[in-house]
Amino acid sequence: MTAFSLPQNSKIVKGNFYKDKTGSKNLKTVNVYRWSPDDGKNPRIDTFEVDMDNCGPKVLDILFKIKNEIDSSLTFRRSCAHGVCGSCAMNVDGVNTLSCIKSHNDIKGELNIYPLPHLKVIKDLIGDLSNLYRQYESIQPWLKTSKTNAEKNEILQSQEDRSKLDGYYECILCACCSTSCPSYWWNGEKYLGPAVLLQAYRWISDSRDEEKKERLKKVADELKLYRCHTIMNCANSCPKGLNPAKAIGSIKKMLATS
Amino acid sequence: MQYKNNPLSPHLEIYKWNITSLLSISHRIVGVINILAITIICIWILSLLLGEGSYELTKIFLTTFFGKFIVVSLCWTFSFHILNEIRHLAWDIGYGYDLKVAKVTGFLTFFGSFVLAILFYLIGRNIF
Repeated sequence: MTAFSLPQNSKIVKGNFYKDKTGSKNLKTVNVYRWSPDDGKNPRIDTFEVDMDNCGPKVLDILFKIKNEIDSSLTFRRSCAHGVCGSCAMNVDGVNTLSCIKSHNDIKGELNIYPLPHLKVIKDLIGDLSNLYRQYESIQPWLKTSKTNAEKNEILQSQEDRSKLDGYYECILCACCSTSCPSYWWNGEKYLGPAVLLQAYRWISDSRDEEKKERLKKVADELKLYRCHTIMNCANSCPKGLNPAKAIGSIKKMLATS
Repeated sequence: MQYKNNPLSPHLEIYKWNITSLLSISHRIVGVINILAITIICIWILSLLLGEGSYELTKIFLTTFFGKFIVVSLCWTFSFHILNEIRHLAWDIGYGYDLKVAKVTGFLTFFGSFVLAILFYLIGRNIF
């Protein structure tokens, strides 16, 4: 059953207000989603006043500033800080993105930061993605070939075949797209979601892979694939500018024409 | 599941709408309205079997202000659904997935639906 409202233990309450202590005139009000597994309380929104004169240009810089100077208990994932690893995916100003490549100058007024939508929160801005990883495993994202030994060392591919992977191999699995998809919110257990389907298409269209038919057969399922209703939230949120909706459409077309 | 009792992060109330997601949900709602409308139109036509009186009754209702409002609204729901369905058909044959194209066709659908609705209404008035 689809639940449009949040369960009782997830209702958000008003949190603490951290007033600026630096005396800066260039302040930004930042609202951050907080929840700790230790105190048994409901999630809250903490409001921070951040001095923008001494802050880097990205949203991640603001989070670091809060963690270093205001509240060290703030928890979030990050690693490369260059938009390559996908760790710092979160909901910034209503759209999922990587906070390390999102400029805060683009955002007028108050800045709202939430974890990725419709996930079980582990702490503060960290959501539990194990369901998505399980689904990723289910599409067997590795090269399958009957070639052996020396033959297998190097499997050649024409430039044309290689270019078929453009726009798909760049995916870093940050989960921005999957967690932006309303279809994935309501049917996340069964529907594979944009990220995993894009990966599935990446392997289906790889000329070196020999199990194209089996892969297509596996993904052809009312709930696994056809829950995509071209809402296009995935393509709208992808921080790498990829288009999972197009990948899903291509799989559907392949199934209809094969 | 390990985190079964943890809170669920907010979704619908915090996610920003854009033209593609708005059209997707309205396509569904309008689709349901159209099914109901077609059923009611069928019942109206069936009511002819009961004689001219019952047909006239519905006709009188449709010429009231409220009745006219419903007729005009249905002109819009049908034209919106037709135009958006064309968009969906293009997607099904593999065109129009590009984000910019999807947004432009979205706006065209939305504004075009009003033009088509007015057209439907005017054509309908000439016939009757």
